Amino acid sequence: MPFKLVFLWTDILFWLLMLMLVTVTVMPKPRHIKQAWTYVWQSKLAMATVVIVMFYLLMTMLDSIHFQRQVEGTYRSDVESVLDVFLAPLDQNVETSYSAPFASRSFVAEAVELPNDGVVYETTPLNYVQQFPEDEPDAKIWDILYKTVVGLMLGLSLSLVLCIAMAYFLRIPILKPSRPNTTQWRTMFITFVVIFTLFAVMYYLSRFYHILGTDKVGQDVFYQTLKSIRTGVLIGTLTTMVLLPFAMVLGTFAGYFRGWIDDVIQYIYTTLSSIPNVLLIVASVLVLEVVISKHPDIFNNIALRADMRLLALCIILGVTSWTSLCRLLRAETLKLREQDYVQASIALGTSNVKLIGRHIVPNLMHIVFITVALDFSSLVLAEAVLAYIGVGVDPTTFSWGNMINVARLELAREPVVWWSLTAAFVFMFTLVLAANLFADVVQKAFDPRARQLA
Amino acid sequence: MFAYITRRILYAIPILIGVNLITFLLFFVVNTPRDMAVTHLGDKYTTEEAIEQWIKSHGYDKPRFFDAEASGLKKITNTLIFTQTKNMFLLQFGTSDTGRDIGQDVKERMGPSLAVAIPALLFGLATNIFVALLLTFFRRSYLDLYGVSFCVALMSISSLFYIIIGQFLLGKIFRWVPISGYIGGWSAAKFVLLPVIVSVVAGVGSGARWYRTLLLEEVNKDYIRTARAKGLSSMQVLFKHALKNAMIPILTGVVVVIPTLFMGSLLLESFFSIPGLGSYTIDAIRSQDFAIVRSMVYLGAVLYIVGLILTDISYTLVDPRVRLQ
Repeated sequence: MPFKLVFLWTDILFWLLMLMLVTVTVMPKPRHIKQAWTYVWQSKLAMATVVIVMFYLLMTMLDSIHFQRQVEGTYRSDVESVLDVFLAPLDQNVETSYSAPFASRSFVAEAVELPNDGVVYETTPLNYVQQFPEDEPDAKIWDILYKTVVGLMLGLSLSLVLCIAMAYFLRIPILKPSRPNTTQWRTMFITFVVIFTLFAVMYYLSRFYHILGTDKVGQDVFYQTLKSIRTGVLIGTLTTMVLLPFAMVLGTFAGYFRGWIDDVIQYIYTTLSSIPNVLLIVASVLVLEVVISKHPDIFNNIALRADMRLLALCIILGVTSWTSLCRLLRAETLKLREQDYVQASIALGTSNVKLIGRHIVPNLMHIVFITVALDFSSLVLAEAVLAYIGVGVDPTTFSWGNMINVARLELAREPVVWWSLTAAFVFMFTLVLAANLFADVVQKAFDPRARQLA
Repeated sequence: MFAYITRRILYAIPILIGVNLITFLLFFVVNTPRDMAVTHLGDKYTTEEAIEQWIKSHGYDKPRFFDAEASGLKKITNTLIFTQTKNMFLLQFGTSDTGRDIGQDVKERMGPSLAVAIPALLFGLATNIFVALLLTFFRRSYLDLYGVSFCVALMSISSLFYIIIGQFLLGKIFRWVPISGYIGGWSAAKFVLLPVIVSVVAGVGSGARWYRTLLLEEVNKDYIRTARAKGLSSMQVLFKHALKNAMIPILTGVVVVIPTLFMGSLLLESFFSIPGLGSYTIDAIRSQDFAIVRSMVYLGAVLYIVGLILTDISYTLVDPRVRLQ
């Protein structure tokens, strides 16, 4: 085989999580949960935002299949993902330094040696971008416009075909507007077409231009920001996966068994939550760094080390932030325990494990859904802050936090290098806003009190 | 009341011991004093004596949990965990890696931290309440809908962007205020202005939305309908009745953060080079000065617990229905 699959830890966990998501979606659910989800799908906003989140998830999936290429009988040491292949040749540093979006010459003047021993400073033509004759200033604009239209056409036709095929096979009516109080398929398909077309245009243009410019070492910013999606999404999702077992087991146990178990669990979470969250994360990451530097033999591969660091960050974030959910779940379990049907079940001699599994946990799920949805966006934002403080993901990992951190120093330049910052901002903002809006609808669906207040 | 407060303070002691245990596990067990010495002195070019010397000078040369050689009570008291915990409880933070007294540094740096944190809190609170009142007054109108959507959009922007954009626009383009820096006394105002503005704008999204929910909860209650039925205008009802009752959760939410104001803000202070405790902590993190980080973790926990106790007390002050037992 010309390549060999590489399974990074975060890849495995992420695919496991996706598997869990699919299982939860197709599993039969109690009626009140089903009703709440029906409420979510009847909201146009939820349908639109879920498509956006799915787009980010898809990018993460593409970026979570890693392999090593075989060249002349040996495997190359650098690990590539499917997304790298999809975006190639942008994964290489094709330029030498900064260039503005759609520019055809470099941003910074470089020393060029003249044949007669002189040196002049001038901007150099970019390697990746086609050069246009200087006497035709409009030629480039026409070229960009032409390529935009081609990309638009390609994206539009492809996405429409996909939509129609899906609607036909699933028998979803999309031609007439969806009535209120039914699943809003139409909104979903429209958002899909818009997102797909937008991405198609950007992708097609990125074959010919650096549409978001290049950074200091000449790497394409569009590529960087797409690669950063994986880091953001993984931190948002894997952390919740770490946090949920802690919060659910300890929360239900404390509320259900009461007595000394409750006292111990309460003591643990009060202690943990009284340490300011950022400082606890910082302290843990600092210690982790020393551990990594003490065992250089285990973490010899760069990709492996960066991956372990991402995973460790998720675990640390999870272990330090389960307390608030645990507190909520404990309070709710205490309430549920006094309900008649639970008391009846206790009187009939149901075992504790069965009782918690059958009567307590299903009735806590609404709190879990709301918290997971709300936490996702704050975790994506937290990554950027941690990167600034210096305890974020590995500096070699692509992440919005690292992009912002490098780019903020360039604002002092004259003229300003703005594109890295803007790219990170737009892609991060879209994900967080979509997640926030979706979380709002989920909250309304599962918490009738929130629905009243809207 | 007095008995209650005493009990709460006594209850804080096991929690603080727990906090110390966690930091001790992190900084002295997972990461041994030897590692600290090696990290601090540099990896390759250090001798065995230099490491020993460093450990000794920091007082880390005692046994960690149990001293078998000592006699009597000293078996426990002559250990690292006991002395470190005792020092923390007495607020003796020791010296940092650069040889400065941490306690002295903390005292000096509290002032600048408060100079930013207090105006930020006050103006933030005023802005959030104002916006929330506006949204509640025009509830179920387009103003409310777009206002809330705008709040969600503001919430979705990383706080780093607020700082970067604030510095760039006000500091670099318009040149209204210096980009960063600090001087003591009243002339600090022009350095404090930008961080305060940034902090207010960054907080208004989540703050106003949260306060709006609190206000709406009050507005939907029966006593408001009664007041309206008696002929009070919606303006009067909102300001006199709803706001007053919504202030209970708002104020108690503020009380809990008041003690932590001393710690300052990590991001704001380090971006705007304000010599407060926030930037102190960031510098310590970047230079891996574990003594400072540990002291800050402990200090943060103490202040947070003080905040919780103050919250309980403030409940009884603003809400006569609540009695402490």
